[in-house]
This record gives sequence, C-alpha cells and structure tokens, in this order.
Amino acid sequence: MSEVPLLQLDGITKRFPGVVANDDVSFSIMPGEVHALLGENGAGKSTLVKMIYGVLHPDEGSMHFGGAPYAPAKPSEARAHGVGMVFQHFSLFEALSVADNVALGMNKDAVGANLDQQIIEVSEAYGLVLDPTRYIGSLSVGERQRVEIIRCLLQNPRLLIMDEPTSVLTPQEVDILFETLRQLSAEGCSILYISHKLEEIRTLCDKATVLRGGKVVGSCDPRQETAKSLAEMMIGTTLTMAERKQATLGDERLVVRGLSAPSADPFGVDIDDVSFSVRAGEILGIAGVAGNGQVELMETLSGEHPTSPETVMIDGAAVGHMGPTGRRRLGMCAVPEERLGHGAVPDMSLWENVILSARTRKGIEQGGFLDLAKAQAYATDVVAQFNVKTAGIEHAAKSLSGGNLQKFIVGREIMQAPTVLIILQPTWGVDAAAAADIHRALQRLADEGSAILVISQDLDELMAISNNFAVIAEGRLSDVSPTGSLSIEEIGLLMGGVHGSAEAPARAEASA
Amino acid sequence: MIRLEPRKEVSKHLLYLTPVMAVAVTIALGLVMFAALGKDPFRAIAIIFYEPLTDLFTISEMIVKATPLILIGIGLSFGFRAGVWNIGAEGQFTFGALSGGAVALALYQVEGFWVLPLMCLAGILGGMAWAAIPAFLRTRFNANEILVTLMLTYVAVLLLSVLVHGPLKDPEGLNFPESRLFHEAATMPILIAETRAHVGFIVALVAVAVAWVVLSRHIFGYQVKVMGQSPKAAAYGGFVEKRVVWISLMISGGLAGLAGTFEAAGPVGQLVPALPVGYGFTAIIVAFLGRLNPIGILLAGFVMALTYIGGEGAQISMNLPSAVTGVFQGMFLFTLLGIDVLARYRVRMARRLPAEKGS
Repeated sequence: MSEVPLLQLDGITKRFPGVVANDDVSFSIMPGEVHALLGENGAGKSTLVKMIYGVLHPDEGSMHFGGAPYAPAKPSEARAHGVGMVFQHFSLFEALSVADNVALGMNKDAVGANLDQQIIEVSEAYGLVLDPTRYIGSLSVGERQRVEIIRCLLQNPRLLIMDEPTSVLTPQEVDILFETLRQLSAEGCSILYISHKLEEIRTLCDKATVLRGGKVVGSCDPRQETAKSLAEMMIGTTLTMAERKQATLGDERLVVRGLSAPSADPFGVDIDDVSFSVRAGEILGIAGVAGNGQVELMETLSGEHPTSPETVMIDGAAVGHMGPTGRRRLGMCAVPEERLGHGAVPDMSLWENVILSARTRKGIEQGGFLDLAKAQAYATDVVAQFNVKTAGIEHAAKSLSGGNLQKFIVGREIMQAPTVLIILQPTWGVDAAAAADIHRALQRLADEGSAILVISQDLDELMAISNNFAVIAEGRLSDVSPTGSLSIEEIGLLMGGVHGSAEAPARAEASA
Repeated sequence: MIRLEPRKEVSKHLLYLTPVMAVAVTIALGLVMFAALGKDPFRAIAIIFYEPLTDLFTISEMIVKATPLILIGIGLSFGFRAGVWNIGAEGQFTFGALSGGAVALALYQVEGFWVLPLMCLAGILGGMAWAAIPAFLRTRFNANEILVTLMLTYVAVLLLSVLVHGPLKDPEGLNFPESRLFHEAATMPILIAETRAHVGFIVALVAVAVAWVVLSRHIFGYQVKVMGQSPKAAAYGGFVEKRVVWISLMISGGLAGLAGTFEAAGPVGQLVPALPVGYGFTAIIVAFLGRLNPIGILLAGFVMALTYIGGEGAQISMNLPSAVTGVFQGMFLFTLLGIDVLARYRVRMARRLPAEKGS
C-alpha cells in the first residue's frame, strides 16, 4: 500500500439543532483498504458518509482525497472524484429497466453510447449477474443491490461506500457480495463499509474505526478482535445478552392452518398456505429476507386483514374472521415493524397512543367511553417499567428516539399480558442495550406461559432467543425445526432456495 | 430560496392562538382594502366588527346566522378530523330543508306538538340520505367524496327549485315559485321575543356539548383523530375505515339537514329557491377557524355571523358592495391557512418573513 492515504478526514464536526452528530472525527483510508465504520444506530455513521459523498457538508474540519483538499458540494462532484456510494435504501424506479436506472444515477458525461454492453461487461467481470434490459420491478432485493453496485462500478470508483449492504441479503448473497468487494479491493479500490454486524466486519475488513455518540472511540484491526470486544467498544459497556433456555412447552396457543391471503399492496407478497403453531412458553422465530411476506403475515395474523375463521385459532377459538380488537380480547397482541404511523400515531401523546391497542385489555374503553385517567396511569407504568426515556407521557410519540419508542410500544403490548404475542423486527434500529432489554422481556413473557412469534431479518437475534425456527420466502413458510438444528448454510438456502427453484420460470416470464 | 421545515412538536397554545391571529390579520388586511377603496377604513371595520355587538337586535340576528353555521360546522369537524372531506354540506342542508319542509307542507294546518319534531327528524334523515350517496360511492367504489359531495350540492339546489316551481308550489301563491308559509305548529319557537332567534340555537349548543364529550371522551372521537392522522395506525388499532367514513358522513349530513330544516321552519318560514345561501360552504371555514374543536366552532360561528351582519351594515351605511362579506370570509380562511403553515413549519431563508406574507 502506498504512503498517501486515499481519503483523509481531519477533525470533522457536524452539528444539527440540539445534537452533535459528528464530533472531531479523524481517520484515513489507504488505497485498496477495506475499512469498516462501526457503530450503533445513531452513532453518526450515516452523517459522516453523507459528508464524504457530498450530501451534507461539515461544519468544521477538512477532508483530503488522494492528497488534495476535497470538499464536494454535491454528490455529482463526489462521483467525479471517483467516490461511489450504495445506499441502504435503494433509489431505483421499478417501472424502468436496469440500464435506464443505471443511466439515471450517473453523471451525464459518464454515460457511454453502449451502456447495455458496459453493464454486461462489468457484471461479468465481478460475478454480479445482471440483465440490463430487465425491469427493476421484477428483480429481487439482492439483484436490485447489484444494480446500485454496478452503477458505481461503471464510473471506475476509487472509493466505494457501502451503507449496511447485507441487511437485505441471504447468507449466500452475502458471500457473493464479499467476493466482489475483495476483488475490487485487490484492484486498488478502497471500500468504506458501514455496518453493525460484527462477524461480517471481522471476515471482510482490514481496518475498523468505531464511532460512538459521534466520536471516534477506537480504531483496530478487526481480525485481531473478537465480536465481543468489538461490541463492547461500540456500546461502551459490557453486555448481558439474553440466553436461550430449555423451556418446557405447554399446549398449542396459536394455531395457523392453511392461511392464504393476497397482499393489499400491488408490489406486496401474497401469503401462500402458511401453517404452524406456537405453544405456551415457546418463542417461534421466523427468518427471511426483507420483502418476502413478513409484513403481510403479521398484518394477517394481527387481524388487520381478516381471513376465514378456521385459519387462525387462539387457544382453540377460531379468530381468522375477527379484526384486531376481537383478537386482542382473546389475548393476542402484536407489534408491527413500522413504529411511527403504524404502531403509534406520530402526533399523539404517549398516553393517547396507549388507547390505540390497550383499550380493550386494560379496560380503558368501557361502553364506548374512554377512561383517560386509566390510560395515563398505564402509559406511566409502561414508561417506568420499560425504561422509556421521555420528558413525560404528554409528549408526542414522534418526539421519542426510535429505540425509546420501540421500548414503549413493546412495553405497551407485553404489559397487557398477552397469551399470544406477534412481534415483527423487535429490535430493528434499536441500540444494543435496549435490544437486550427487549429480548429479556420477551423471554420473561414466554416463561409466564405466553406463545410468542418473532418475525425478524436478524438471524443472530432469532438464534439467540427462539426455541423453534422457520423461514419465510415468497410468502411461503418452511417447516418448523428446533433452533440450532439447522446450519447457517441450510437456513440461507431456505431463505433464497425457494427463489432459486420455484422462482426461475416466473422470472423468465417477467423479463420476457 | 424559501424552505419550510416542519417543527418537531407544535405547541398546543400556538395552535389555539393562530385563529385569533388570523382574525387580527384579516382585520388589518381589511383596513388596507377599505383604504384602497377610498373609504374610511376604521369606520368600515367598526361597522362590520363592532357595531353589530352593541345592539340586541343585531345580536339576535347573529344568533340566527350562527345557528346553522355551528350545527353544520360541528358535523363537518368529525369528518375533517378523519380525513373525510365532505364539502357538500350545502347540498345536505338543502335536501334536509326540502325533506323537513315537505313534511310541514304535507301536514299543512295539522296541529300538534309533534309536527315540528317530525319535521326535524325528516330533515336529519334527508341530510343523511344525501350524504349516504358519497358515503356509498366512496366505500364501495373509492370515489372521491370531495367531488361527489360538491356536485351533489348543485343537484340538491336544482331539485329544490324544481319542486317549489311544481309540486310544492303555494296553490294560492299567484304562481310565485314558493311554497305555502308553514303554519304555526311547523314553525320554530322564538327564543327572544320580537326577534328571529329561535330554539335551534339551543339545539346547536347541545350539539357543541355532545361533540365535545364525544371527541374527548368517546372511542369514536379517538377513532376519527387516529384515522385522520395515520390510517395504518387506525387499522392496527382495529378501526375500520369504511365505518368511520359512513359515520362521519352521517353525522355531517344529519346535522346539515337539521340546520336546513331549522332555516326553513325558522327565519324563512317556507321553502323558496333562495333558501340555500351558502351556510354549508361558510361552515367549512367555521370548522377550520374553530380548529375542529367544538368550543372553537361555537366561537368561530359567531365571528362568521358577525361578518354577515356587519357586511350588511356596511352596505347600508357606507354604500359598500355586498361582496364585502364574502371577501372577509375568504380572507379568514386564507390567513388562517397561512398562519397555520407558519405555526407548523419554520421558515428557513436569509431574511425573516412577516406574518402577513402567509396570506
């Protein structure tokens, strides 16, 4: 590696009203280095890379790129310097072809005459198979990510920024991505890799810079560290993780038989003949790549989209035809994925948000009238028991941070003592300490005899807390097996396997 | 460039203060407008906004105007909170008046305390029936209720006109397009002797009280708030959108129909083609000026009534055009919306923006 760093950051500070997102951040990336930027949600990783990519501008400090001062005013300037970025949330148009989407995200002068040919060449060179004439709408999430990567590669980047790229991929897809990244690195392209997944960073990265609360708290060679030591550097305290216990399982509390439901969303996934059961004391984990029917399954089970009576049974009572209120009365509570706007009303206060889902089980609603004092008392209880950091229950739900709101919503459901709890992405976007709290609360609830269904994209989480395990792919559910009986490879095949076999002919039609 | 940034949490006090500021800004704009017309601006404003309050008769006339505005505004506030945009209360008002009036004419000269309540019931059902058309089309075919309610207004007004030109015409009325004058038992009892203020005002006050209880203490009030702010959260909470659409349209239609019957059986005393004078539309302004809050609507109803009465006064004593009333009502809505934007968003630019710019 050469002496001059490709990218050098000195004392970068960025303030937003009321918060310092980055405080005197300095580090450097050498050519060809795979550099990890590690930190919890809210540590300031995204803000930092947005400044490198020219989306935001630092308040203080300076950057050098290849030895020369570097201050991109906008992303196109950053791209002209050879900086490419793959965002966590893709910016692709579903109704346009791969080639059109690639062209849209490039600087004008960089788009050549035979773009299709270029796309094919690059995709073959890096093992990222992609047909430029296909429409984005027909691509899987992993394939969509390839479009974003190829868009960057076509511009011969010297630095590629990847923001949490693996959260939407199966383990096999992750392997392919890592191969590509290693090849790029070998060719001299530096990679700034943002993640909070420690094992990935240990396999892929040469160097890691750890951010906490906007400050650099450490830098290390991740290969010399353990996942635990990295986690503690990231979080700043030692962690007590939830541990899976051998539970004695009771009777079946939630039984789902032959559940099928078309999605309300035209781009959604239809639930297709799903059957499973959850016993008292059991935590059943459902894994899957994002967008394979998790949201639809949760909304069907919670009663937002009723089906026929016998498809869903709670403690032997057929509830498939009931709405959420009827199911709650029988003991089923649910936590949706989207906190603001689904699990909580953003502009309503915390105590008003309690009425949304707890009015039936907590006796807040009686004969149509609301007992506001009861709602306020319950909200106060939830805040106290689940350590929700808020200035008071009068404050709007949207004023809480993501992790605190999640604790509030999870607490609001758990403290209703549900006999069946359905929870989607319980710790998505939540810091590690809060995640551990939520996991322990779920286990306590299971110990008390509730049946819990956890639907998550975080395999580590499911491995840590669930007793039994299944995988959802394309709206179909795999067989349920005890957690630990499947290897990560087998799970990966289940997550993507259904794609591979059953999907291939459908894909060919879609692209034809 | 001017950019609007949403404020993190909007202070509740500010939300209640904005209508007051809107009134102040409207008056200030009114001063400018009258000065530009070459009239004495302060005298004009005094005539419109102060003088009606100094005389018992004009106050009673304000009650006459405020009664339908408050009733309709209360009804509309439920739907507006839930995101159900019934802007055709004028049509429901008209059809309600027609239904209630038809009962009065069918029972012409029939005595009995039950005649008037029966008319009111018919008026409520008529307004509901007229609102049921957009409710059905929206819940069944997802038709936009804004268009349907608005267009049905013209249908209702023309229907009234056809009927008073034909079947409901006064047989002894020298062929004028008017119905018979309603008989004693079909007329609203007067509240203040020697004036036109009728007991409908008491009903409006009761509606305000009931709406207040429903909105703050009843699950339906909670439901419309959640539905309007975040429909997905409403689904999660177990609220069914179609139900909320139906109920809120039935409430607004029913109250508008009742207001129509009161108008026909009260100040007008018969069915005439000119019965709908725009209360249904003005009530939209009343609902928003009152922050969709029952007490606020009560106050806003009086402010709007003041512009009607004051506008008439200005026509008589200062020779101002009758459009003055409409101009003021329009300015109220405009300044309110403008100030609202400033309350909810922060304006980001090099220079500060004066509040008037919001209008």
